[in-house]
Formats: sequence, structure tokens, C-alpha cells
Amino acid sequence: MASVSGENAVTVALTLTEQLPGLQIVVPLMGAIVCAFLRRGNLAWLVATLVTWSLPVISFLLLLEVQESGPISYKMGGWAPPWGIEYRVDQLNAFVLLLVSSVSAVAVPFARKSVAVEIDSDKHCWFYALYLLCLTGLLGMTITGDAFNIFVFMEVSSLAAYILIALGQERLALLSSYQYLIMGTIGATFYVIGIGFLYSLTGTLNLVDMTGRMEMLGLTDAVSPSMLAALAFIFVGISLKLALFPLHAWLPGAYAHAPSFVTVFLAATATKVAVYLLIRFLFSVFPTTAVFSELPMSTILLVLSVAAMFGASIVAIFQDNMKRMLAYSSVAQIGYMTLGIALANQAGLTGGIVHLFNHAITKAALFIAVGAVFYRIHSVRVEDWAGLGRKMPITMAVFALAGLSLIGTPGTAGFITKWNLSLGALEHGYWWLVILIMLSSLLAVVYVGRVIEIVWFRKPVATIDEARSPPMTMMVPLFVFAVAIIWFGLETSMSAGYAADAARFLLGGGGS
Amino acid sequence: MFEALIPDVWPPVLIYIVAAVVLPFLPSHPQRAFLTLVVPLIGGWMIWTVPEGQHAVYPLMGFDLTLMRVDKLSVVFGLIFSIAAFLAALYAWHVKDRTQQIATLLYAGTAIGAVFAGDLITLFIYWEGTALASVFLIWARNTEGAYQTGMRYLIIQIGSGVILLAGIALHYQDGGSIAFDRLTGDGPGSWPIGTWLILFSFGIKCAFPLMHNWLQDSYPAATVTGTVTLSAFTTKMAVYCLARAFPGTEMLIYVGAIMTLFPIFFAEIENDLRRVLSYSLNNQLGFMVVGVGIGTELSLNGTAAHAFCHILYKALLFMSVGAVLFRTGTSKASELGGLYRTMPWTTFFCIIGAASISAFPLFSGFISKSLIMSAAGKEQYFFVWLALVFASAGVLSHSGIKIPYFAFFAHDSGKRPKEAPWNMMLAMAMTAFLCVFLGVFPSTLYGLLPYDVKYEPYTFAHVVEQLQLLVFALLAFALLMRYGFYPSEEKGINLDTDWTYRRAIPAIVSILLRETGRFKTWLGATVVRYLPSWQRGLYRHYGPDGLLGRQWPTGSMAFWTTVLLSGCLLSYYF
Repeated sequence: MASVSGENAVTVALTLTEQLPGLQIVVPLMGAIVCAFLRRGNLAWLVATLVTWSLPVISFLLLLEVQESGPISYKMGGWAPPWGIEYRVDQLNAFVLLLVSSVSAVAVPFARKSVAVEIDSDKHCWFYALYLLCLTGLLGMTITGDAFNIFVFMEVSSLAAYILIALGQERLALLSSYQYLIMGTIGATFYVIGIGFLYSLTGTLNLVDMTGRMEMLGLTDAVSPSMLAALAFIFVGISLKLALFPLHAWLPGAYAHAPSFVTVFLAATATKVAVYLLIRFLFSVFPTTAVFSELPMSTILLVLSVAAMFGASIVAIFQDNMKRMLAYSSVAQIGYMTLGIALANQAGLTGGIVHLFNHAITKAALFIAVGAVFYRIHSVRVEDWAGLGRKMPITMAVFALAGLSLIGTPGTAGFITKWNLSLGALEHGYWWLVILIMLSSLLAVVYVGRVIEIVWFRKPVATIDEARSPPMTMMVPLFVFAVAIIWFGLETSMSAGYAADAARFLLGGGGS
Repeated sequence: MFEALIPDVWPPVLIYIVAAVVLPFLPSHPQRAFLTLVVPLIGGWMIWTVPEGQHAVYPLMGFDLTLMRVDKLSVVFGLIFSIAAFLAALYAWHVKDRTQQIATLLYAGTAIGAVFAGDLITLFIYWEGTALASVFLIWARNTEGAYQTGMRYLIIQIGSGVILLAGIALHYQDGGSIAFDRLTGDGPGSWPIGTWLILFSFGIKCAFPLMHNWLQDSYPAATVTGTVTLSAFTTKMAVYCLARAFPGTEMLIYVGAIMTLFPIFFAEIENDLRRVLSYSLNNQLGFMVVGVGIGTELSLNGTAAHAFCHILYKALLFMSVGAVLFRTGTSKASELGGLYRTMPWTTFFCIIGAASISAFPLFSGFISKSLIMSAAGKEQYFFVWLALVFASAGVLSHSGIKIPYFAFFAHDSGKRPKEAPWNMMLAMAMTAFLCVFLGVFPSTLYGLLPYDVKYEPYTFAHVVEQLQLLVFALLAFALLMRYGFYPSEEKGINLDTDWTYRRAIPAIVSILLRETGRFKTWLGATVVRYLPSWQRGLYRHYGPDGLLGRQWPTGSMAFWTTVLLSGCLLSYYF
């Protein structure tokens, strides 16, 4: 008897491991449904927290498995691909899954107090339900290997995000959410049109299958008109979602007027997943050599990335709303990610991918600090923050540290990105690009330095009389991100190592 | 996994960092001040006892980073940095501002870290570290002006780091090595662009001519104690890097010679005594750069020795002028005078510093400067040697005489300040003692130098030559004072040229100076004329209400989407 039950236990464990890709999506989805049925905000928060905490465990196990035995294919509902929906985990999206789930897991305790003051109490349960739905959508976009399924999850996450943003206290939140809705819908539509073209060309929606068929049609070197149209629509559609300059205009409003926690969450995860999709399509679905050597893809991306790095940074310098300033800085930082894509070599792509992670922890720390200050003094105007370093020293110290990471100071995570990007640029012989990367960092010195000066060196103003250290639920995430910023600035085998693996996988034609 | 993290030799920079982290949590001021005092002592002891070789090697991103490369050159700089950190901490004992204490610790620590860096990436990290830590010593003055100055300083310092990084990346690309060693190769003609960038970034921090303005701009703007700290580290770190990477680069001899000359004129006409000292700091760096450029064992020894002595007497001079500023609230020559009545000890220490910088025999400047001068003579650089002699006379005039004379003697300003606080007095006394001690027992310092070279500074010829120079310059000063010609600016220049060496170099330099001055005035005026409108333009487009900064209407967002889509389609098809 004993041996039989032992065998059973083994079988169950085995099946559980096999079901990990499914669980990654099903757990948060179920969590969302449970939250929707709850009536007490704190309970909903607890459910959301526990669910979110379980996700990095799953994605970490997935990553380990991928590293050990290569890409995992999971048949959703038992239907074999390419007809059924396939979840496919490889070096690239395992990394992104871990990024999204772990950053959310660290940030979610912050929601408790922040949401308690910023959202009406009767909406708390809905809020957490929507948050989990949004997370489900983001993870789904990352994990699925089916082009149309990506669209479905994109809509799930976007619709949830529109509502989350509209819950902001200011009236502008509604306008911003509406603008995001319009732009997001245009983006998703473009994406579907692109997929339509690809479907008419290949007759399949499975990404791996699609690549194979394009190869069969001999499209790896030569290009066909409908493939070009597909590429253009998909590129522009995803670029809208990732806020590539000049399609970034929805982002500052959305980040600035959303509730604090929503800003933290979206800034750290949403655009990153969109960047992932761009990388996925350019490097493993479309024939990479054709895209980068025969089409001016590199040039277009390079020009827009540099424009983002400079244009958005200069705008950030002049902002007096902290959230808006950081939002523009995000647009600039997204420029670094797309720059890595544009370089399309090992070092450059590593820089782009690792910046997904480095920027996620940096921006999460910054927006949590802003949220914590807002929790105490109810203002995000920079002049109201004068002298705040004396009242909230730890929060402001973390802010300064994360600011240094934004600049790319050695010893912080941001440096790793710029180093890899510079190496990638030099590999092409683009030494002028290295200079541009460095110059754009100087702009970050100005907008970060301005805040540090005001916060640490100005005389305190009346608005901060009430300020004191934020509650523990805010302090702990802040602290974890601060440690992460330094840790991943020094010990890079985790972040840059995985990113390099992913880049090698993509450039080695691993997608096909 | 942590065993791999424990180094065979602990880098001294670690205890500075640990102390900086611990410091804000100590409950009382004496404890904090005590910590800043003890850390350099422990650090100095660690440097004194560390065995030579490569230690604390860590792999990072596929590179082997060497945190501790110990040889005699790095040890001598590490030791003097530790001494300077200790003296500066003692001098700043009364300062209760924790930001300044932390900044000083981190600044000294990163500078020491840089000196022991065995590879270029480690060097770069500390290079930026010194920039970030030191700016707080300027900002700590808490005025709008200090903030602006600090920002300018920071941008230039970070900029030099950025150039360094670019240089390192290119250098790595070329040779595949990040070792921080001699980069001279087969002479400047064969250098790839990376090497030039590295030299350029060293040059910025070393205040090469035309890259020097940040120094005179920022050092006088720092706090009383901050200036003392600033004067010790950044520039000497750059000198160390030059000595390590570019010894024997002939170009540097001429760069150094110009550095010794041109600050003299500015120093003569400057009224703010701390700014005078900043110019003279620049001039002293010139001697060290010449030593690097000559590149013989004798001259490199000279550079190291001069850096050692210079840090001490320059700190002493900044300390004494700082004490005056602390007590009277001004460091302007025109507002000072007659202070010897109530600040006799400060006067005394200032004169020792002045005698050292002027290289009087039996003071530290004499035993270190003569190494470089002798090396220049020995290698037949006659005009360079001449320039150095002329510069020495200039030093005597603006630092040796002008500083003590206008601060403590001259016309009586009527000010009767108290003597400096005890900790400042103690710091000055210790520094002054070291200046005299090294001057009297030069072999103590010579034993630390990187190369074994027999050198005897106190030969008859040397001493007489130096005394001639000094006595005539003093006489000239006395006469000019007596007949009321000093301190008119041309007379100041003539004082040197007339009474030392009647050579054309200074005239050419002054013409060049006037012309570059004119160009700079023109440039400045142009910038001032166009800057506001340029700034307005930037704000109009990028400000919160500008085209790029304001909330766009949804329509124009969609418009840009269409533009990008059609752009993509067009470029793909054609």
C-alpha cells in the first residue's frame, strides 16, 4: 500500500511540474475571480499578495527547467499544436516571466496602504481583481506561443489597465485612460491586421510553425509584399504598446494620473512585455537576416531610440510633477531597450534584454518612493518636496540610489545596461553612438540631480511638516528594490547572464 | 559561495565605505568625528603592511577585476592619501554636518581605491566615485552659487569619467586587455583613439591647460574644511594615473611646463586667497606632469615625492587661509591684513607652508622639486628647466609671499579675530611638522619612492642656486612694496622676469594669454548673448507646455501612428 501511494505522490508531483506553464496563467486568473467575489478589501489584498508571491516560484522553476533541457512546449487543454494553443517557454520568455512575476511580487505589499488611501473602499476588491487580471494578461502574452492568443491576452491586460488607470483620483485620470484606450486599441488592431497578413501567407497561427512555413516558402532571404505589410503593422502596433517615441504620448498621462500602485506595476511590467513581443517577432518569428540586412529596420529603430533618449530626457528635465518626470524618463529608458534591439548583435541585444530587468527594478523603486511620499504629503509636485530628505531619509536615499541607477553609475544595475550597449555599438564601429549614450546619461544627471538637490539641500517647506517614514509595507519593497539595484549592479551572472543566454539563443536562430 | 568573495587582502577602501555607512547611526558628534579620524589610521596601517603583488582579484562580466595592485608607486600615493584624510578629518573635527563627514570618507576611500586599482574598469568605478562623493563638499556650503558651481563641477568630473569609459571600451576593443599598465606603446603616433581618450580624461582631472577651469571654479567655492579635502585627492589621483600609464610621453613635458607657467599670472592678480592657492595648486601639478613626461627613474621619483610633499604643504596653506576665513568670514586679500597680532600660530604655520611651497632649503618642497628639476637638467631639457625655474620664482611670489603677507601682515585691516580652534591648530601643527621633518630628513621620503635612486638634495651648488633665486625674488618684492608698485599686475610679472631670467618665454605666454583671454571673452559674450534665447527655445519645445512636454490630443497621437506606419511601409517597399 505504502509503495503505491508513494508512486502516486511521484506521479502527482510529476504532473504538477508538467503543468507549470498552465499554472503560471491559471493561478492568477483564479485569484482574480476569487477577489471579485470577496467583499473585504484587506482580504482581497491578501489573496492578491499570496497569488502574486506564488508566481515567481513557478517562473523560477520554469527557468531552471529551460536551462537544463531546452524549450518547454505545453499543450493547452491537451490539443496538439499547431491546431491547439501551445504555451512555449524558452530562454527569452522564461527570463521575462521571472522578471514580471518577481517584480510584481516584491511590489504588491506596497499596494495595501497606498490603495487604502487612494481608492474608495467599496472598490478595493474589484481593484485587486483587475490587478490580477492585468497580471494574467501580461504573463499570458509572454508565455503563449500562439499569435492570436497573444492578442487575446493583450486585450485582457489592456482592458484591465484602462480601468486601473481610470481609478486615479484626478479627473485627468479619466482622460488619460481614455487616450490610452484609443491608442491601445489602435495598437492591438494593427497587431491583429499584421497577424492576418501572416495567416494568409502561412496558414497557421502558431509562432514556431509560422517560422517554419516562411522558411518553406523561401522567405528567409527574399521578402514578399504581404510579409512586409505584416511586419509594418506588427512593428507599429507593438511600438504603440511599448511607447516607442513618437508613439509614446499616451504614456506620461497614464503613468502620472494612475493610482500610485498602478503606476509602479505598469511601469515595471507592461512596457517590458511589449518590448519582449517586439524582440520575439523581430528575432524569432520573422526571418531575422531579411529584417535586419535587407530592410532599414535597424536604422528606423536606431533613430527613434536616440530621439527618445534625448527628447524625452530633455522634457523630463522641465517637468515639475514627479510622476510625469519619471514617466518621460521611462520613455527615454525604453529608448535604450529598443537601441539594444536595433544593434542586433550579442552585446547590444544582451544590453537591451537586461535593461528590461534593470529598468524594471529601478523604476519600481522610484515610483514606490514617489508613492510613499504621496501617501504622507499628498503631493507629487517637486517644489513641495523641498527638504524632504530630513523627514523621510531612507525613502529619499533609495530614490537617490535608484536615480544613480537611472544615470548608469557603476555599481548600480543601470551601469550594466550601458556597458553592454556601448560594447554592442562598438562592435558595429558606431563610436558616435557610444558618445550619444553617454551624453544622454548626462541629461539624466540633470533631472535626477535636480530632485536630489531640492530634496536634500533646500530648506524644508510647510507641505512636508506631516511627513515621516512610510509604513512597513512600503518600506520593505523599497528596501528590497534598493538592495536589488546594487546587487545586480555587481553580481551580474543572474541578470546579464540570463540575458546573454537569451540573446545567444535568439541570434543563434534558436527561435526557428 | 561566499568563500570566493573573501579576498586574500582586504582593500582599504572597504573600511572607508563601511565607516561611511555606519557613521550616520552613531549617536553623538564626538563619536562620529572620532570615526572619521580612526578610519584613515587603520587604512594607512593596512597599506603599510600589505605585501606587494596583485590581490583581491574578482571575475566580473568576464573580466578579472584586480582591486589591489600593490607596488611601491601605489603604496606611496596610498600612504599620503591616508595621511591627508587623517589631517583633513582632524581639521574638520568641529564640523557637525554628517553629509560632509560621509562625503569626506567616501571621497578619500575611493581615491585610495583608484590608486590601488589594477585594471581600468576598477579605476573607472573609483574615478566616478571620487566625482560623486566630492561634489557634496561643495554643495554643503548650501548657497545657490555653491549649488551651481557644484553642478558644473559634477558635469565636468562625470564627463571625464564618461570619456575614460569610452576610452577603456575602445582600448579593450583594440587590444583585448583591461590591464591598467603603461599605455604608451610605440609613442603617440601609434596610439589608437582609445588611448587618446584615456589621456584626455586623465588630463581633465589633472587640470591640463584649458581643461583647468573647473579647479579654480570649484575649490574656492567649497566649505572651509571641504577645500582642504578637495585639494588633496582628485588631481593627485590623476597624476598617479599619468605616472602609471603615460610615463616618458614627451608631450607631457611641455604640457607640464605650460601648466607651471600660466597660472602664475592669474595667481598674481587674484584677490581671493583661496583662489590664489587653487592657481598655485595648478602650477604645482605642472611640476609633477613634467616629471611624468621625462619618465626617467629620477623624474618619476620626483613626481611621486612632489605629490607627497605638495599634498602636505598645500593642505597646510589651505588650512591656514581656511582658519582665517572661518574666523573673519572672508578670504579676500583686500579685506585682510594685520591678523598676526591675534592669530600668531596660524601665521606661523602659514609661513611654514609658504616656505615649503617656495622650496626653501630645509623645507619639504625643496627636497622634492629638486628631483624633478635635476631630472630635467640631466635630460638636457634646457628650456623646460628654465621654465621650471621661472615658475619657481612665481610660486615664491604668489604663494610664498603673497598669501602670508596679505593675510597676516600688510596694512592693518583692523580685524582682531580669535586664534583658530584647537583642532585646526593641531591639524596645522602636525602638517607643519611633517613639512619640516621631510625637509630635514629627506631620506625618510626617498626610501618610500618607487625606484632606488641615489640622490642628495643638499649639495652646495643646489642650496646656493636655490637661495639666490629666493633671495633675489624676496628683495624684488621688498623693493616693489617699498615703492608702491606692487600688486599692480604687470609689475608682478616683471618682478619675475626682471629679477630672475630675462627670457622671451613669459612675454610670448602673456601675449598668448591675452589673445586666448580675448577669445574667451568673445566666446563668453556670445554665449551670454544667445544662451537665454536658446534656453527659452528649449523650454518652449520641451517644457511642460511645450510641444513635446504637454498632453497631446488623442488625434495627434493617432496621427503619429499613421506617420510611422506609412514611413515603415514606404521604406520597406522602396
